[in-house]
Amino acid sequence: MSQALHTRPSLFGMLRADGGGTTLLGLLLALSIVVPVLHLLVPADSPLHLSSYVMTLLGKYLTYALLALAVDLVWGYCGILSLGHGAFFALGGYAMGMYLMRQIGTRGVYGDPVLPDFMVFLNWKELPWFWHGMDMFWFAMLMVVVVPGLLAFAFGWFAFRSRVTGVYLSIITQALTYALMLAFFRNDMGFGGNNGFTDFKDLLGFRVSQPGTRVVLFLCSALALALAYVACRYIVSSRAGRVVAAVRDAESRTRFLGYRVESYKLWIFVFSAVLAGIAGALYVPQVGIINPSEFSPLNSIELVIWVAIGGRGTLYGAVAGAFIVNFAKTYFTTAIPSAWLYFLGALFVVTTLVLPRGFVGLLEGLRRKKKAAAPPGGTAAAGDAA
Amino acid sequence: MNARGLLNRISGRSQSDSPPRVGPISAGDPVATGPDTSHGIMLYLEDVSVSFDGFKALNALTLYVETGELRCIIGPNGAGKTTMMDVITGKTRPDSGSAWFGQNIDLLSLHEPEIAQAGIGRKFQKPTVFERHTVFENLELALAGDRGVWKMLHARLSPEQLDHLDRILALTGLSAHGEAMAGSLSHGQKQWLEIGMLLMQNPRLLLVDEPVAGMTPQETERTAELLTSLAGEHTVVVVEHDMEFVRSIARRVTVLHQGSVLAEGSMDEIQANPKVVEVYLGEASG
Repeated sequence: MSQALHTRPSLFGMLRADGGGTTLLGLLLALSIVVPVLHLLVPADSPLHLSSYVMTLLGKYLTYALLALAVDLVWGYCGILSLGHGAFFALGGYAMGMYLMRQIGTRGVYGDPVLPDFMVFLNWKELPWFWHGMDMFWFAMLMVVVVPGLLAFAFGWFAFRSRVTGVYLSIITQALTYALMLAFFRNDMGFGGNNGFTDFKDLLGFRVSQPGTRVVLFLCSALALALAYVACRYIVSSRAGRVVAAVRDAESRTRFLGYRVESYKLWIFVFSAVLAGIAGALYVPQVGIINPSEFSPLNSIELVIWVAIGGRGTLYGAVAGAFIVNFAKTYFTTAIPSAWLYFLGALFVVTTLVLPRGFVGLLEGLRRKKKAAAPPGGTAAAGDAA
Repeated sequence: MNARGLLNRISGRSQSDSPPRVGPISAGDPVATGPDTSHGIMLYLEDVSVSFDGFKALNALTLYVETGELRCIIGPNGAGKTTMMDVITGKTRPDSGSAWFGQNIDLLSLHEPEIAQAGIGRKFQKPTVFERHTVFENLELALAGDRGVWKMLHARLSPEQLDHLDRILALTGLSAHGEAMAGSLSHGQKQWLEIGMLLMQNPRLLLVDEPVAGMTPQETERTAELLTSLAGEHTVVVVEHDMEFVRSIARRVTVLHQGSVLAEGSMDEIQANPKVVEVYLGEASG
């Protein structure tokens, strides 16, 4: 069965062998139909009506899931524990935020047609060079992928070439996101200092607060997650993906076989950073704000925890983890705010001790047990999930 | 079971199938075309000396290995067996002497990856396979060819490559385990898989370091069959401590002692050689 995958390219065959992924794509499709219908068509006084708060919340979770997917690709498959992926997410978000700020125009508090409010407030006379072109949607979208991609390329180029691995690499990624946070906090960086960007008005001429725009943003997030999932699944089931996993398990042996380990690591890292940037760009218009706290090292650590709890090295586990933890977070931070961090810590410890393969590992274990109890029909084909 | 014939067919065919090598190696380069062995000698080591902090690991070692031979190298600890392998594969540079692969490839002028590309495969003592990949995938990863990221993203096995892979699976006795995780194999099976991975790259010369250490008697026997079947098409050099094993496979044995050749000949000649007896007994009593 799996040998067919080595010889014949087939998207259908690839997804058929991936039960978790098919379930995920099915759920995303269902969400993309049910959520807009319940929000737009069901009257507001009906108990079935989905408020715009809930839909935006779900949209935010979708972008978090995309971010978690990006982390799982580098961590679960290539063994690069990046504790700075929040930086790429935030950079993508800032690029989108710059576009949205330029769309405000004269509707700002100071009514300046070109300069965003914070620049007028700082007494700046003209737009800094890096703000030029950001009023064009296509250019801003290009920056959403180029800026995180370039940063990841430059970072990876030096780190992987110098063969920095393991915990040292993780520490450097923490330093990276921390340095960016400090830089973005400064007013003279030209990114709005600690207030960041907010009070957005239009996106491509549509008001961001309108229900229709929100629905489209929600659908874009679901679509981006689905496409990114298929792309990641394609990568990890290609021979390049098997090389990447070989790098994770035995780096020097892979090098000895004649593979350029550094370039494999570099490209997977860059691709992952680009996905994180896209997630950030979708996050900002839905949440309505971006500020330097997105660069906080804690954010990056938390998202690694999502992946661990969901089950790393499965892709769909990362998505599940992002949803589970963020649902819990939303619940706890409103019900018992002081307990959230304890709960997160406890969840992480329990996962590490009892469920090394995360939530999806638990589900798979249960299913296998059920299968074993039933008369043996076929061999355990799902054995490759380990 | 005619493994030898099978292998002849595999190698004969994949020689022409293998895609052009990548990197700075041009078409006329001996590294790309492989060793010229028209004189019947695969490996020339002449007056090779290596010293580490004054300790002479190799002392004017001179050794020739003929094409298609299965040669066993034995010797007490510290005799220089591993250092010799290191010199051949480019891991260690000798202080003096020369090392040639065929008549045309100067091993001392090449780096480790180039030597591997030229057709020398080395199997280390400890089996290192990719434990979380299947046996099949391990062999696939070892397949010769372009290893660029973009290429690998779209790479699919051609029917010829699939055949090659299946034959190596059969040759190493792992046909039934193709879909098994390499980590679930027994120690002996891992060793065979690693030999299979070397064979995927069509080496002319195979260097095998202590293949049967830690194997059960059955596995040892099977390994002997495998290595014997490889000789002929490939040239095989085996370093081994296990005398029973050496006796079962070797046609020609070289005894190293203090970095140079002490004796060379058939196993019977070696065992009757008073110098060899002295070295081994001397070590046993001391």
